[in-house]
Amino acid sequence: MTTTVPESQPRSAHQHGVRRIVLPVAVVLTVLFCLAPILWQLLTSFKTDAAIAEIPNVYFPRPDQLTLDQYQKLFERRPFFNYIFNSFLVSLASTVLALGIGAPAAYALARLKLQGERIMLAAVLIVTLFPPILLFLGLLDIVRYFNLGNNYLSLIIPYTAINLPLTILVMRSFFQQLPKDLEDAARVDGYSTPRMLLDIVLPMTIPALATTGILTFISAWNEFIFALTFITREDLKTVPVAGAQLGGASPFEIPFGPIAAATVLGTIPLVLLVLFFQRRIVQGLTSGAVKG
Amino acid sequence: MDKKLELVDLRKQFNAKVVPVKNVSLSVGSGEFLTLLGPSGCGKSTILRLIAGLEQPTSGQVLINGKDVSRLSPGDRNIAMVFQSYALYPHMTVRENIASGLKLRKTPSGEIQTRIQDVTDFLGLHDLMDRKPGQLSGGQRQRVAVARTLVRRPDVFLLDEPLSNLDALLREHVRAELKQLFGTQNTPVVYVTHDQTEAMTLSTRVAVLNNGYLQQLDAPERIYMEPANRFVAGFIGSPQMNFLQVPCESRRAIVGNHPIPLPRGANMPTEITLGIRPEHVHLAQSDHEPALDGQVFLIENLGMHNLVSVRIQGQGEPITVRAIVGIEHRLAIDSTVRLAFPPESIHWFDVSTGDRIQTASDSTSVVSPSVTPTSVTS
Repeated sequence: MTTTVPESQPRSAHQHGVRRIVLPVAVVLTVLFCLAPILWQLLTSFKTDAAIAEIPNVYFPRPDQLTLDQYQKLFERRPFFNYIFNSFLVSLASTVLALGIGAPAAYALARLKLQGERIMLAAVLIVTLFPPILLFLGLLDIVRYFNLGNNYLSLIIPYTAINLPLTILVMRSFFQQLPKDLEDAARVDGYSTPRMLLDIVLPMTIPALATTGILTFISAWNEFIFALTFITREDLKTVPVAGAQLGGASPFEIPFGPIAAATVLGTIPLVLLVLFFQRRIVQGLTSGAVKG
Repeated sequence: MDKKLELVDLRKQFNAKVVPVKNVSLSVGSGEFLTLLGPSGCGKSTILRLIAGLEQPTSGQVLINGKDVSRLSPGDRNIAMVFQSYALYPHMTVRENIASGLKLRKTPSGEIQTRIQDVTDFLGLHDLMDRKPGQLSGGQRQRVAVARTLVRRPDVFLLDEPLSNLDALLREHVRAELKQLFGTQNTPVVYVTHDQTEAMTLSTRVAVLNNGYLQQLDAPERIYMEPANRFVAGFIGSPQMNFLQVPCESRRAIVGNHPIPLPRGANMPTEITLGIRPEHVHLAQSDHEPALDGQVFLIENLGMHNLVSVRIQGQGEPITVRAIVGIEHRLAIDSTVRLAFPPESIHWFDVSTGDRIQTASDSTSVVSPSVTPTSVTS
């Protein structure tokens, strides 16, 4: 041991030096690669029409090339707050439904010894393998049959259904690693099953609910095909559809500026949501319950 | 009021092959500390869960203070339990953890306050009351878990390996503390462990279990002095008892070349199992003392003593005997020693059933009545 230390020290110091340069560079490059499209949209949304069309591309606009006009145009031409509200309502409702149905199902699958548990899990998994794009024509028939076209429910129900398998699988694995001793202790303490679930299990489940809830919310918020097909009334449209259908002043104009502004506005709620719940996700609430 | 826990013919069967508890009957009275001791998978934890009501028995009854509680839910049994993992509610403070069981039973808040005060005084938890379990050390969590049971003033205390998550030093300290603490409670305590030291030090009685059967239910010293069968003899005591299966001739067991008279209880077997603890084997003091010659082939230092393994040549296969020998005898590998087996320390077991064969030094009844129908080989 003692003889190897002096030999290895300069080498590790050298490695350390390389690491100090390579690591930040890699981080910067990765972040740039991921964020570039978003940054480009953000930049475009603040540029004047002339600056957007200018060649070569304007990466660093002069003060006179910056404007809030694009946002103004967006709200003048379209009821954009309305779209955001629609998206929000549909996403929130399907998230709450997915968690409300999925979490109890996951708990039952994790804790009860059910007959045919494997078959149920396999069925749940198979649903996730189905590409939604193959479903939308069939779903359109169903929507027509139940006369749900141009109704929030035509989006809320499919979004919930599509996100349920993920919710069930994620929550089930979470419940499985939740120590069963806690539930036993609660029962010995005198908790009834509903109270135990509410007072003991639910508080520990919040991080997992937040994580899966965010995934469900994002997927519902960004969904395009169903929203395009089932909703035709202008005041019920969601952000992705409305953004894609933004038209220019004439048929020959592509309104890059307002589209960029719509993209930015459509993304901001998600960013805020993730930032807000991030702490809850990272925080391990079960720490200290059992040894370890 | 005298509190009492009784198990009557308790059986738990998961399926035709898995039967963790096989018709166990026992009773624990006020102020008694009963330990369920056995190797893993012997059914001890299942028995505890049956008492708590976390599992339903296949047949048999659990009686608390004479009342059949077999069909009651855990919360209605007035039992309190310390879990191996402590199972403190992570989102509640220590105070809320301790109070939760009382609040659910609609105890008046003044009563809750005084009881919590008593228990925290008793366990010295004052500074921790507003912390969450995540901010406590292992030993502190353990105390909170104990406090949560004490505050309930239950009819029965159940403890499921409460020391196994503590490090060795702390475990010894808490063990002594638990003994004093539950000694003052005047309530039946059932304690589950696989650690024989805990069982011997804490209990007023020990129930040794194997394969779901109760092997022996006795005071710790009796378990050690008069094990009911070969399993108990081998499980209790460290280092493990020497077992020699030896042939018999005309009421004598032939060990090596050395005949030892059989006990009176034995009826002319052709073979018999002789058991003797390493701490009872000693070096022969004089040439006159009947002893066995053997060769040392392994010496393990235990600090105060050496554990010496000796090979004894006799008729047929050589036999191995382990003996605890004081370090003042400076033995060396391959040296020849003379080992004496004091007759009063020899245990005799039936070769086929493993049951103890009574000797003259035994107290009148070795095997308690509830144990008789079960034995290791059944």
